[in-house]
Amino acid sequence: MQVPEALKYTKDHEWLRIEGDMATVGITDFAQHELGDIVYVEISALGKELQEGEVFGTVEAVKTVSDLYLPVKGTVTEVNPDLEGNPEFVNQDPYGKGWMVKMKLSNPEDVAQLMDTAAYSIHVGA
Amino acid sequence: MKQTPFTDKHIALGAKMAEFAGYNMPISYTSINEEHQTVRQNAGVFDVSHMGEFLLKGPAALDLIQRVTTNDASKLSPGKAQYSCMTNEQGGIVDDLLIYCIEAGNLYMLVVNASNIEKDWNWISKHNTEGVEMENISDKTGLLAVQGPHAVAMLQPLTDMDISNLKYYTFVKGMFAGVDDVLVSATGYTGSGGVEIYFKDKNDNAERIWSEIFRLGTPQGLKPIGLAARDTLRLEKGFALYGNDIDDTTSPLEAGLSWITKFSKDFTARSILETQKADGVGRKLVGIEMQDKGIPRHGYRLQNAAGEDVGYITSGTQSPSLSKAIGMAYVAKEFTTPGSEVFVVVRDKPLKAQVVKIPFLA
Repeated sequence: MQVPEALKYTKDHEWLRIEGDMATVGITDFAQHELGDIVYVEISALGKELQEGEVFGTVEAVKTVSDLYLPVKGTVTEVNPDLEGNPEFVNQDPYGKGWMVKMKLSNPEDVAQLMDTAAYSIHVGA
Repeated sequence: MKQTPFTDKHIALGAKMAEFAGYNMPISYTSINEEHQTVRQNAGVFDVSHMGEFLLKGPAALDLIQRVTTNDASKLSPGKAQYSCMTNEQGGIVDDLLIYCIEAGNLYMLVVNASNIEKDWNWISKHNTEGVEMENISDKTGLLAVQGPHAVAMLQPLTDMDISNLKYYTFVKGMFAGVDDVLVSATGYTGSGGVEIYFKDKNDNAERIWSEIFRLGTPQGLKPIGLAARDTLRLEKGFALYGNDIDDTTSPLEAGLSWITKFSKDFTARSILETQKADGVGRKLVGIEMQDKGIPRHGYRLQNAAGEDVGYITSGTQSPSLSKAIGMAYVAKEFTTPGSEVFVVVRDKPLKAQVVKIPFLA
């Protein structure tokens, strides 16, 4: 199971790549493996400022469905357009081509409360 | 959690494991879609050793089976099997099952759902008033389903029994892969052909059967398949899953199982089902195909255009063969005609769907 360095993680198995007050968000290798074959990703909260933990979308897999929770307070500014035609990118490359949204952080200092690679590895028992 | 004879193999193969009906079972080895296509196009192996098996023996065995099941088991001759169900006193379904006739009138094997082993055993025992000898051999029996269009050809070299020409719902018993007393039946839960292989779980039987099947099959593309693909495969064919599509509160007639409900004999709650047949049932199990983007799941509500509840989803998935979201649902009788418009409530949003014919995949 991959848990790349230099990313931040949540207990709900999302990752963030922080660049200033912006973050790219996706689900982890652990999460995509648990969900199995992903059919589509639906982002319901483009352009709305949401609180930490609010649902910003859902992932439908063949076997199950899972909500996506915003890792920190902020606004979803962009959705990965490639997932529309290639939802399998999430399974194949969860930290790369399978990214889900970009968001603007309301309070960039909030990222301090997220897990680092070591903490997330312990969280998933990797 | 209980183990099957193959649990360690699944773990060694890296399968995603989960508890199912009290057993530690493989859900998926690689990907559901891949495993699904392997079975539809070639052949795959399912460990379904968690299923329950009962032997019913003695001169009153057939009479007992006739009284607790809805299909007509008197039609069975040795080497034939039958799909049937047991009804409770309200006309609901205790379980669906297979009945294998080993000796006509005297020895039968009943194959039941793992989650219902205890309930079924108690139910049949309660009706066993004529001294039928009953034996629960579930824990001593291994079961592999080898399914797919090329399954039988891969396995034929492992036995002198002619399994290539086995008709659907017939079986043979004998030596298979060097193991004695193996029952091979042309049955399954995928709708893609193949066989199910029952054997005594003793000595190294399980190991021999598994390794021989894969020794021949692996070069031809045979793969192990998990329960997740078993579910998508059966759903495309419209096969009911106990606990999802049928249960103690659904009648065989509501579930589209009138073809295994024979009023030519007596069985539990026969008069209730006869009345249902005469008067018609208020709801029926139908196929659902999504028009809007969304996947129906077990328990989701169905509404009409006015937003009133008209039923609920019992099973649903993204069909790997059809690339469409499909499901089964109980709906009020006014909505059972194919083409009827219904709305599946997905996370509080009514999404448009259509009633379609079962099976989804011919």
